[in-house]
Amino acid sequence: MAHRVGMEVSIAVSHAVQMSRAEAIAAYPITPQTHIVEHLSSMVANGELDAEFVNVESEHSAISTCIGMSATGARTYTATSSQGLALMNEILFIASALRLPIVMTVANRALSGPLSIWNDHGDIMAARDIGWIQIFVENGQESFDHSVMAFKIAENHKVLLPTIINLDGFILSHVVEAMEFPEQELVDKFLPPYHPRFSLDPKNPVTMGAFAMPEVYTEVKMGHQMALTGSYDHILSVWKEWGDLTGRHYKPVEKYKTDGAKILLLTMGCLSEVAEVAVDEMRDAGLEVGLLKLRMWRPFPFADLRKAVEGAELLIVCDRALSLGGAAPPVLAEVRSAFYEMPNRPRTASFVIGLGGRDIPPGVFKDIVAQAQAEAQTGPTEEYHIFGVRG
Amino acid sequence: MSSKPMDQVTWQEIEVGAVLTEPGSARAYNTGDWRSQHPVWTKSRCIRCGVCWTVCPEAGISEEPGGYFDMNMYCKGCGICAKECVTGCISMVPEEE
Ligand code: SF4
Ligand code: SF4
Repeated sequence: MAHRVGMEVSIAVSHAVQMSRAEAIAAYPITPQTHIVEHLSSMVANGELDAEFVNVESEHSAISTCIGMSATGARTYTATSSQGLALMNEILFIASALRLPIVMTVANRALSGPLSIWNDHGDIMAARDIGWIQIFVENGQESFDHSVMAFKIAENHKVLLPTIINLDGFILSHVVEAMEFPEQELVDKFLPPYHPRFSLDPKNPVTMGAFAMPEVYTEVKMGHQMALTGSYDHILSVWKEWGDLTGRHYKPVEKYKTDGAKILLLTMGCLSEVAEVAVDEMRDAGLEVGLLKLRMWRPFPFADLRKAVEGAELLIVCDRALSLGGAAPPVLAEVRSAFYEMPNRPRTASFVIGLGGRDIPPGVFKDIVAQAQAEAQTGPTEEYHIFGVRG
Repeated sequence: MSSKPMDQVTWQEIEVGAVLTEPGSARAYNTGDWRSQHPVWTKSRCIRCGVCWTVCPEAGISEEPGGYFDMNMYCKGCGICAKECVTGCISMVPEEE
């Protein structure tokens, strides 16, 4: 029987990793990810988790160590945030090119400068093209569930891709929530031990990370691209299997009160729950507003998104990161590309919110909808709005 | 990867993660085709001491029957052998188009 717990979300994630029987962890502590790896470190020290925990001197070393450990065939986990993710950057591409199923939690945090320890999505958006599967979660239960499911997705031999679970720093990682934990037997049945396709084994030597001449580099990248886009079906089947076992079903694009909605908000991460409150209030006031929550970021769920906006006239995309000097903030750019060839595409409006920990109460979403409605008549004043900026 | 020439391999034929399962596959790269010059031996002055063979950083020199030396297809044309040859019998000659 599953049991209910009340717990800080970071600690719940560490339990998810423990119940997934991670065998190798290398991590460097960085706010707001610290509680996750701190707790895992205690579990290993106390004999509650039979894993190798490697303390390293930087995130560059953390991910490099994870690559080595994963290459030996160990189920490998790490976590980071912000500058830590940025410091990993060059190695992140190698982990995915080597097709090593490392699972990483990113407790999303703004990038310096100015120095900020608070939440936004600038860190992961700067690592958008690393070739990993990237999922966003919105509450504690999802953080737990997706941490377990990530191993099963990543380790599927048709996938073999490292996977990031994004959870918002502090506003999700550090809150105490009620969650349901499954029994260990259920997790063991769901997630069998990892059998690598190739591993570093002196008895059966292989070369990993070889040089590629111009004659084959493109073909190697094509294989990676096909694996990442092809992971979509396997992600969905893992989510379905988990849903059938636990009753908690997940979709690439989640809908909230979208029936008959002419206006749709689109959010990612835990602000989606705040947006739900705003949608409830706007619906009560007679506004035909609904909410789309983008869970799957890589591979990007183009078909789901196109289907989800059918019938809507206006899609308001709420980004939590900037693309300075670019055409659009990251999520909007992706969404517009998805719609470009659609005959009856909705108009888009764009608001960047919640940068560097700026608080977003439900009223913000109401203000955004009001402003977008007004601009739908007059035409927008800017390509995108950095909402609430003074001056 | 299959034993096909590299420029004919399709993406489907490349192993997951571009892992190489055959040892010594780098032998198929004729790295010498990058060079802009190559060493030429004047055998009449060679004392067959093997210093050139020892100092070549690319295993670009092979011993021939009779104990003399010549370059192979991995010579990158760095000129170290010519610099170090004890009798000065190696000269570097530019590659022709
Ligand atoms: S030129 Fe350089 S690479 Fe070529 S044979 Fe001499 S030492 Fe070796
Ligand atoms: S170093 Fe000069 S003399 Fe000695 S073997 Fe090589 S070519 Fe001959």
